[in-house]
Amino acid sequence: MRVIWSLVLVGALAAIAFAGSRAGGEAVFAVAVPYLALATFLVGLSARVIGWARSPVPFRIPTSCGQQRSLPWIRSSRLDNPSTGLGAAGRVLLEALAFRSLFRNTRAELREGGRLSYAADKWLWAAALAFHYSFLTILLRHLRFFAEPVPGFVALLQGLDGCFRVGVPTFYVSSVLLVVAAGFLLGRRLLDPKLRYLSLPADYVPLVLLLAIAASGLLLRHVYKTDLLAVKDLAVGLVTFRPVVPEGVGGLFYVHIFLVSSLFAYLPFSKLVHAAGIFLSPTRNLANDNRRRRHVNPWNPPIVGHTYAEWEADFHDKLVAAGLPLDKE
Amino acid sequence: MYDGGKILAGLAAFLALALFPFWEPAVGGRVARPEPKIVTAEKRCVRPKAEMRQSHMELLVSWRDSVVRQGQRSYRDPEGKAVTMSLEGTCMRCHPNKAEFCDSCHTALVVAPTCWECHIEPKERA
Repeated sequence: MRVIWSLVLVGALAAIAFAGSRAGGEAVFAVAVPYLALATFLVGLSARVIGWARSPVPFRIPTSCGQQRSLPWIRSSRLDNPSTGLGAAGRVLLEALAFRSLFRNTRAELREGGRLSYAADKWLWAAALAFHYSFLTILLRHLRFFAEPVPGFVALLQGLDGCFRVGVPTFYVSSVLLVVAAGFLLGRRLLDPKLRYLSLPADYVPLVLLLAIAASGLLLRHVYKTDLLAVKDLAVGLVTFRPVVPEGVGGLFYVHIFLVSSLFAYLPFSKLVHAAGIFLSPTRNLANDNRRRRHVNPWNPPIVGHTYAEWEADFHDKLVAAGLPLDKE
Repeated sequence: MYDGGKILAGLAAFLALALFPFWEPAVGGRVARPEPKIVTAEKRCVRPKAEMRQSHMELLVSWRDSVVRQGQRSYRDPEGKAVTMSLEGTCMRCHPNKAEFCDSCHTALVVAPTCWECHIEPKERA
């Protein structure tokens, strides 16, 4: 049911763009909506990150998967249990680039006789990795519309991505991987009863939206081909703040650009903001040095000390009268 | 303890990277939008202009397959006229200006057609 609502929502967005552009709202969908979406994305994301930056650093949580640094003759695990900031940075970088936490994903199953078994489940990790890197490749490939002259690495990336040279225009490896991986991530939520029970519309909407974006993009490239020069005019106009409304690009193009705008505007307010949040994972980005470095919480009350010298001064006369020895002589 | 400085530096780095298309034209300069230049010998193309603009690559590949794999060189255009399937003999009779015609869009959109891996590129005046 929750996935149906997500489908309805994304379908409604697509219908709005299609009908709206047909009804003469081309300028709205080609210029106003992308600018608004980008502004929402930038301001929303910055607000989220600034909010996190204003929060105190939590106490270091040593959820480690390796030997802590201790005695010099015990080999410590520098990346899994870092004792320095550099090691922690390496752990965050590996998490962001290789998704090591997902690599540790396990699957619990009830076997016959009521025996519970856990087994490694790497499919989530593999699909997530395939999805994210395909998405990055596709995002970078779209630079060919925004930049003139196009940076050299875009041609290199396209060459690698289309190395199988299947069909004209070439089918890209990243297009296929993105659809397959996102389809797997959606299917996983739908087919596993435990995951279906846990999944909310907020889990389905991003996946359905991404699949709809991929579908509209693939259709625009391979089936209902649009006028790419007009698209480039629009993209270049947008980034140079001299927007032009393209002509003859078709309703499907407006569906694509509206869904992408929706994704960008939605990102800061949804689970997709993990793109920024992953760098602030407290169990990943803090070195395990609790025993060596003092942790000061900003809400700790100031420590009011009273030294022996001060105490002696307070009771000086009484100490002298009692004939007790004084430090201050 | 706060790590605000580091986090904001990261945010600034991301924003600078994400807004690359916006500041790149100011740094790298801009090239005018290309418009393919058509030099015609024939009155009309083998397919309507709009269709050619959209899917000429499919036609070219189907011609290639037909010629190379079946040895079949004759093509009937929509008005029933027989045309020889040949890139250099037919297409390039009207469009000999590769730099101004083919490359104008292909360069702007980073399209790398595989035509010239077998065919010889036309020699054009510099």
